[in-house]
Amino acid sequence: MALDRWIALILLGICLAYGYAAWFTMDAGLAPFMQRNPIWPSTFPKALSVLGAGAALVTLFGLEKSNVKMGDIDYRRLHEYKLGQAIALLALMVIYALTLRPFGFLVATSGFLIIGAFILGERKLHVMIPVGVIAAFSVWYLVSQVLEIYMRPLPGFLLGLGG
Amino acid sequence: MLEGMLIGLQTALSLKMILVVIGGCLIGTFIGMLPGLGPMSIIAIMIPVAISMGDPSAALILLAGVYYGAIFGGSTSSILLNAPGVAGTVATSFDGYPMTQQGKAGKALTIAAIASFCGGTIGAILLMIFAPMLSSVALLFHSAEYFALMVVGLSAIAAFAGTGQVAKAIMMTTLGLIMATVGEGALFNLPRFTMGIMDLQSGFGFITLAMAMFALPEALFLVLKPREMKDSGSGVIKDMRITRAEAWAIAPVIGRQSLQGFFIGVLPGAGATIASFLGYAVERNIATKEEQDQFGKGSIKGLAAPETANNAACTGSFVPLLTLGIPGSGTTAILLGALIALNVTPGPRLMIDEPQIFWAVIISMYIGNLVLLVLNLPLIPYIAKVLMVPRNYLIPFILFFTLMGAYIGQNNATELLILVGFGICATALKFADYPLAPLLIGFILGGMLEDNFSRSMQLYDGIAFIWERPMTMGLLVIAAILIVLPSYRARRARINQAGVADGD
Repeated sequence: MALDRWIALILLGICLAYGYAAWFTMDAGLAPFMQRNPIWPSTFPKALSVLGAGAALVTLFGLEKSNVKMGDIDYRRLHEYKLGQAIALLALMVIYALTLRPFGFLVATSGFLIIGAFILGERKLHVMIPVGVIAAFSVWYLVSQVLEIYMRPLPGFLLGLGG
Repeated sequence: MLEGMLIGLQTALSLKMILVVIGGCLIGTFIGMLPGLGPMSIIAIMIPVAISMGDPSAALILLAGVYYGAIFGGSTSSILLNAPGVAGTVATSFDGYPMTQQGKAGKALTIAAIASFCGGTIGAILLMIFAPMLSSVALLFHSAEYFALMVVGLSAIAAFAGTGQVAKAIMMTTLGLIMATVGEGALFNLPRFTMGIMDLQSGFGFITLAMAMFALPEALFLVLKPREMKDSGSGVIKDMRITRAEAWAIAPVIGRQSLQGFFIGVLPGAGATIASFLGYAVERNIATKEEQDQFGKGSIKGLAAPETANNAACTGSFVPLLTLGIPGSGTTAILLGALIALNVTPGPRLMIDEPQIFWAVIISMYIGNLVLLVLNLPLIPYIAKVLMVPRNYLIPFILFFTLMGAYIGQNNATELLILVGFGICATALKFADYPLAPLLIGFILGGMLEDNFSRSMQLYDGIAFIWERPMTMGLLVIAAILIVLPSYRARRARINQAGVADGD
C-alpha cells in the first residue's frame, strides 16, 4: 500500500476517534438549558468528523484516480538521501527545546548552531565557533533589547537565580 | 473614502513606515533568494517580529513588504541559477535562465524588475478600485452568507489542488478545521477535545503550526536532498540597460498580464504560481510564429509575462483578505493569522473602522514596488552573494529561526516540541503528496466558520437558513460544483482516453 493510503488510514482513525468523542461523549455533560439551543458545542465537530472520514475513505480506497507524480523527493528511496543528517538535526532540535531554559539562551543557541553545522559535515572549528557565538549573541541582543522580549541569557546559577 | 485615503497616506508616508517597507523588502529579497524557503516560511518567521512591533499597520506593511521582496528574490535566483526559491517564479526560469546563459543576466534582471514593478503597481491600482466595491457588497452579508462564502473559499482551494488531489485537499482542510476546534472556543466557553492536557486548553498555536507546516519541511527537504546549484559561470551581472525596442515589445505583455494576474490572484486557491504559468502560456499562444520559437530560449516576452503576472496576483490576493477577511492562499492565511493576533479583524468593516490600516497597506504597496525597483535592483549583484553562503551554515540558521519564530511568540519551550512533532508529520504528508496549505487555511478559518455557522443556526433555529436565504443557497451550490467539477472532468478525460489506443 502506498504511503498516501497509509496516511489516509491514520487520518481515518483520527476522524473516527474525533467523531466518537463528538457523537457519543461530548454531550453527556451538557447543561439542560444548552440542550434547548439549536446548536451544541458538538454540532460542528459532528459534521467535520463525517466529512473528514468520507474524504479519508475516498483516498484510502483510491476512488479518485490520480496521475502519479513524484514531488521533489521519492520517499521510496528515502535511504538514498541524507536521512541520518535529517534525523540528527531533528534530535538536535528536541535537545535544544529541552536545554533552552536550563542552559540559558546564549549557551543553548551557540551549541545548536555549532553542532548543527557539525552534523552537516562542517569541520572548520575556527569558523564555526565564532559564527555560532556571534549569531547567538546578536539574536539575543535584538530580541531582548530591541524587541524587549525577555529571554534568560545564561544558566540560572550564573545569574544568581539558584538554578 | 478620500478621507480614509489621506489618513492612509499620512500613515504610510511617515519615516517609520517607509523604513519598515524598505526593511521588509530587503529581508524578503534576501531570504526569498535562498532555494527552499518560500514566502510562506519567510512570513511565518517574520510574524513574531511584526507582532512585537505592536502597531497593526506597521506589522501588515512589514509582512507585505517581505512578501513582495520574497517573490522578487525568488525570480533573481530563477534567472541567475535556474533554482527558483519560490514556486511562483518557476515560470520565470524558463526564459530567464537561458538569457543568463547567453550572458544577458543584467538585462534579464532589469526586465524582471520592471515587469514586477508594473504588475505590482497596476495591481495596487486595481485593488484600490475593487476592494471598496467588494467591501460595500460584503456589508450586506449576514453570518449565513459569511459561512457560505468561507465554504466556497475552502472548496475553491481544494478544487485548485488539481486532479486526483481533491479528496486529499478536502481531507487536509477538514483536518485543519478539526484542529481549530481543539481548545476553549469563544462561543461555548467550554474546553473541547483537550484530552485533559493543560497545554491544549488555549488550542494549537497558529505560528507554531505555520512553522511546522511550511518552514520545517522545506528545511528538512534541503537537508535530505541538497539541490545542486548550477553556476553557469556567465552569472556575472553587467549591462543592465534595455533598449527602446525591447521596452515596446514587453509593454503590451505587461499590460495584459497585470490584469489577468490580478484577477487570478483574487480567486481563492489560485495564486501567484497559477497566474505565472497561465500568463506564460497565454503569451506564448498569442505571440507570432517567430516569437513563439524564441520562448524557452531567452524570450524577453516569456520573461516579462510570468514576472508581471505573479506580482499582480500577489496584490490581487489581498482583495479577499482585506474586504472579506477570507484568505485565498497560504500566504494570505498567514497574514490573516498575524492580523488576528494583533486584534484586527479584516473584513468589510476594516475599511470603515480602521481606514489607516486598510489604506496604509495599499499605499505601502506602491512604495514597496518602488523600493524593489530603485533600491533592490542596483543592489542585486551584492545581494546575490547570499547564494554563496555554504549550506552547512545556512541550514542550522534556518532551523534556528524556525524554532525562534515559535518560541518568541509564546515563551514556552513545550511549543518547540509540538513544532518538531508537527513538523515531522507535515514532512510525511508532503512525501505522500498531501497539500499542506489547505490545512493551515482551514485551521485559521475554522473559528470564524464555526462562529458564523452557529450564529445562523441560532437565528433560524436550525439549518433552515440554507434554503431560506437565496444567496447562501447559491454560494453553497457554487461550492458543491467546485468540488465535483474536477473529478467529473478527470473521469470524462479518462473515458475519452479509454477508447484511444496507446500506440506503440
